[in-house]
Amino acid sequence: MMKPFPEVPMLSYDVVVIGGGPAGMASAIKAKELGLKVLLLDENDYLGGILPQCIHPGFGIHYFREELTGPEFAARLAKRLVELGVEYRTSARVLEIRNYSDLEKFVLFTSPSGIYGVWAKAVIYAAGARERHAFEIGIVGDRVSGIYTAGEAQTLMDIYGVLPGKEIVIVGSGDVGLIMARRFALEGAKVKAVIELMPYPGGLARNVMILRDFNIPLYLSHKVVEVRGKGRVERVKVVRVDENLKEIPGSEFWIEADTLVISAGLVPAVKKLKKIGVEIDPATAGPVVNDRLETSVPGIFVAGNSLVINDLVDYVAEQGELAAEGAKEFIENGGIESRKWIKVETGENVRLVVPHYLSGERDVHLYLRVSKPMEDVELRIPEIGKRLKLPVVKPAEMIRLKLKAEEIRNAEKLTVEVVRP
Amino acid sequence: MKEIYRFTCIVCPLGCSIEVEVEDGKVLEVRGHTCPRGEEWAVQEVISPKRVVMTVIPVENGALPTVSVKTAEPIPKEKIPELMRFLAEIKIKAPVNIGDVVAEWDGVKIVATRGA
Repeated sequence: MMKPFPEVPMLSYDVVVIGGGPAGMASAIKAKELGLKVLLLDENDYLGGILPQCIHPGFGIHYFREELTGPEFAARLAKRLVELGVEYRTSARVLEIRNYSDLEKFVLFTSPSGIYGVWAKAVIYAAGARERHAFEIGIVGDRVSGIYTAGEAQTLMDIYGVLPGKEIVIVGSGDVGLIMARRFALEGAKVKAVIELMPYPGGLARNVMILRDFNIPLYLSHKVVEVRGKGRVERVKVVRVDENLKEIPGSEFWIEADTLVISAGLVPAVKKLKKIGVEIDPATAGPVVNDRLETSVPGIFVAGNSLVINDLVDYVAEQGELAAEGAKEFIENGGIESRKWIKVETGENVRLVVPHYLSGERDVHLYLRVSKPMEDVELRIPEIGKRLKLPVVKPAEMIRLKLKAEEIRNAEKLTVEVVRP
Repeated sequence: MKEIYRFTCIVCPLGCSIEVEVEDGKVLEVRGHTCPRGEEWAVQEVISPKRVVMTVIPVENGALPTVSVKTAEPIPKEKIPELMRFLAEIKIKAPVNIGDVVAEWDGVKIVATRGA
């Protein structure tokens, strides 16, 4: 094979982990524990991904059996990483991934000490997600300062200590938006409204409670359509929508504000995977994977929010470990072998489910989300007679279902549905 | 006068809709909960709601310009603005380790959750 970039210094590892957030750190730790030579790369100048700026409690209840803040969760993983002597580089930005053959992966990255190439037998991709921005949700108007995504506002406030504005409107009632509403209110800014397109709040119940704590008005079935101001946001136009999410003429009103914060959801950041032909599931916007979290390109694994948008970091770390186990098996056996692959499909009121293919040879966790909120329902997989009663299901709350190898071994495919009994 | 408070319980992911009926500051009845923890939580939410409070504090010579902190225990909700005014005046110097007590307010320890 011809060597790419002959002038670039080359490194060699068993596995390269891309991303130093919870998924990447957990997978690098696991890979090292399994005896692999591992290199972790992160483009930020500190490890932890978004955790260091998530200063509220609520992390780690499953993974560490203890309630931690985001920075504390990240620090625990980072400490373990360092104790094990896992090699990592921060400020290391991956430019390209190449797939030469099953056991010949190539990763090109820049860093303060120069540009490097890495040869590895497997790649674990854990680069997280990106935030949807104003243009993607149909907000038009003046090009002004004072428009931030929730994550940007969080970085400004909770890493750099800068309050982004004084009178704030938040678009989206997902967890990040609600958590930022609390932080703004705590720091003395006025949160004038949270505007939610859907007829129900997008976040976990514990976060929706924030609105009551700080008397923040929540407008369900509303959207922000326009921003006006000279140089800086001055006012935003809000309109009510009907049950088909269509704008209702005549329902428009303006809210005066100097800042608009967009919390309109996350999208897996998988552009570099698409370039090497990784198949994407339109429902998750992340890769199609098997039960080792291997993508459609052999030896390329994925975990965390690059796989599917999670709401609990505990599951993200769990996925990281699973991907590392997959990489170990892949490297030892020269591939992930299975007698057959059992396809997992979405049925009634199930919007997405991962993994997409199961071997039936090992226990597996399915991660799924419903399409709409429902009460007193059953989660069913008819092919194997699985039934699980669920008192409440919400799109905002991911469902994690453990299936035993012996339950699924003889199935040809599985359809996951959430229906009224 | 009777008042009814309605909550979505946050004790566990079930998210029960709980109603608490109150008269003159006394709880008359709790409805809608499915476990004792939910009942206890709802009563506390009505009588004396408490919260863990988090913020960031400027730090000199740290790797980042701030450290994040939290109260070591939940504090009464109505005292949050007073605590925030106290925290707004604090500045500290690196090094700071996770778990360091950086200040104390009304007997409540303020603990660093991010090092610097």
